[in-house]
Amino acid sequence: MIHIKDLHKNLGGKTVLDGLSLTIKEGVTCVIIGRSGCGKSVLLKHIVGILRGDSGEVIVDGKDVSKLNDRELGILRLELGLVFQGGALFDSLTVGENVGFGLIEHSHISSKELAERVEESLSMVGLSGIGNLMPSELSGGMKKRVSLARALCIKPKIILYDEPTTGVDPITADSINELIRSLHDKIKVTSIVVTHDMKSAYKVADRIAMLYQGKIIFEGTPQEVQNTQHPVVYQFINALSKGPITENLREDS
Amino acid sequence: MTKNFFTIFGRRVHDFLYFLGGLVNLTFHTLRLSFAPPFKGIRVIEQIKKSGYDSLPIVSLVSLFIGFIFALQIAYFMQRIGSEIYIASLVALSLVRELGPVITALIVAGRVGAANTAELGTMQVTEQIDALEAFATNPIKYLVVPRFLALMIVMPLLTLYADAVGIFGSYLICVNKLGISSSMYWQVMFDSLLFKDIFTGLFKTIFFGMIIALVSCYEGFNVQGGAEGVGQATTRAVVKTFIMIIIADCFFTALFYFIFP
Repeated sequence: MIHIKDLHKNLGGKTVLDGLSLTIKEGVTCVIIGRSGCGKSVLLKHIVGILRGDSGEVIVDGKDVSKLNDRELGILRLELGLVFQGGALFDSLTVGENVGFGLIEHSHISSKELAERVEESLSMVGLSGIGNLMPSELSGGMKKRVSLARALCIKPKIILYDEPTTGVDPITADSINELIRSLHDKIKVTSIVVTHDMKSAYKVADRIAMLYQGKIIFEGTPQEVQNTQHPVVYQFINALSKGPITENLREDS
Repeated sequence: MTKNFFTIFGRRVHDFLYFLGGLVNLTFHTLRLSFAPPFKGIRVIEQIKKSGYDSLPIVSLVSLFIGFIFALQIAYFMQRIGSEIYIASLVALSLVRELGPVITALIVAGRVGAANTAELGTMQVTEQIDALEAFATNPIKYLVVPRFLALMIVMPLLTLYADAVGIFGSYLICVNKLGISSSMYWQVMFDSLLFKDIFTGLFKTIFFGMIIALVSCYEGFNVQGGAEGVGQATTRAVVKTFIMIIIADCFFTALFYFIFP
């Protein structure tokens, strides 16, 4: 379970998170929607403890992330899999070394077992047999899937996806959605998916939360989101260029 | 006008102090993590190859020419006072005590320091540093410690090599062009070189290695923006490393002057 309470974060003089609260129950896939640059990725980085909030609490598995020491944080992080927006693959390592990175660094398994785990993770994302390639030889969509394989390889309890379907072709996007769904059904992982792709959101979500001006302004099932009369959410999910979001922007500037 | 001057000056001072604070912080963490398990020797060896072995060609070329040039420049004055034989001792002393260490440090700063900043900076921009953290791997332990240890080991060795090549360069000039006999050259040179000359020359290069590793990694970690940010950080890293090496050199020269008179 992930419990975020009144989280504030100021980055470079700009308030990114402004009293954000959100609870995600175990085994639930929660999709966080919001415009580009509204702080969705920043929120994910708070959950894994890469960033620490100015105030507020982030409680993952009963532990307050901001109060853990390096060792405790390390143990917690191995239960979390983070899938980066651009892949963030280590470009000096091969695909196989990337996927097995968590295991190579933190466990003492045999190289045979390692190779099996890497291959298993790669085949889960539909990319078996590419372990010897370098990340620079992959396309954008493949990098995203390898990044997902890298997260899966440590068998995490919680997977965090940063825009998993942005910038990939529709067919790959759908296969990524299927994969997120099947991980949810088969191994009961808790997932947080950050995206602005509504098609993907409806497909994978148990719950959808909208992040706007540093706060969660709406949270509910996909059905509730589709039927909402909340003007901001309505504008966003229906992809309208006119509405409260764009009006506020004009006032700010 | 004056207000403007003070604003700019104040900002510079602020930036410098901020940099210094960050660098001290990084130094502290690097030293602490250097002694914390797990130890992955293979990463240090990889970096030794990259920063040391791969620097041998350029270090050889530069020191050989420095040897040639110095022999000729010193010969100009020594011939005027009729003491050509002391060219050997002057070249050896200046190379071993000063030129060898500093030239090697500047070469390594330009070659290895710049590469470190560019590599770490690109990793920062593409979120690879965050990815390391997300996989419970300390980026300082994984990236900085191997570079730091490697440069501390490599710098004295490269300097010793540069000294030898430089002296050989001046030997070629003295014996072939200035008419000094080979045995005479070696005898005068070895007579003038004391152990403390070699020691003081090599000792400070350990610190030069630390400076190169820490400044380049610090600037790499603090890259902001994209490709342009990486470029600016690389320039900053090289400039700051040069300045700090010269200051450290001055400090050590003064220190040794007073403790080994």
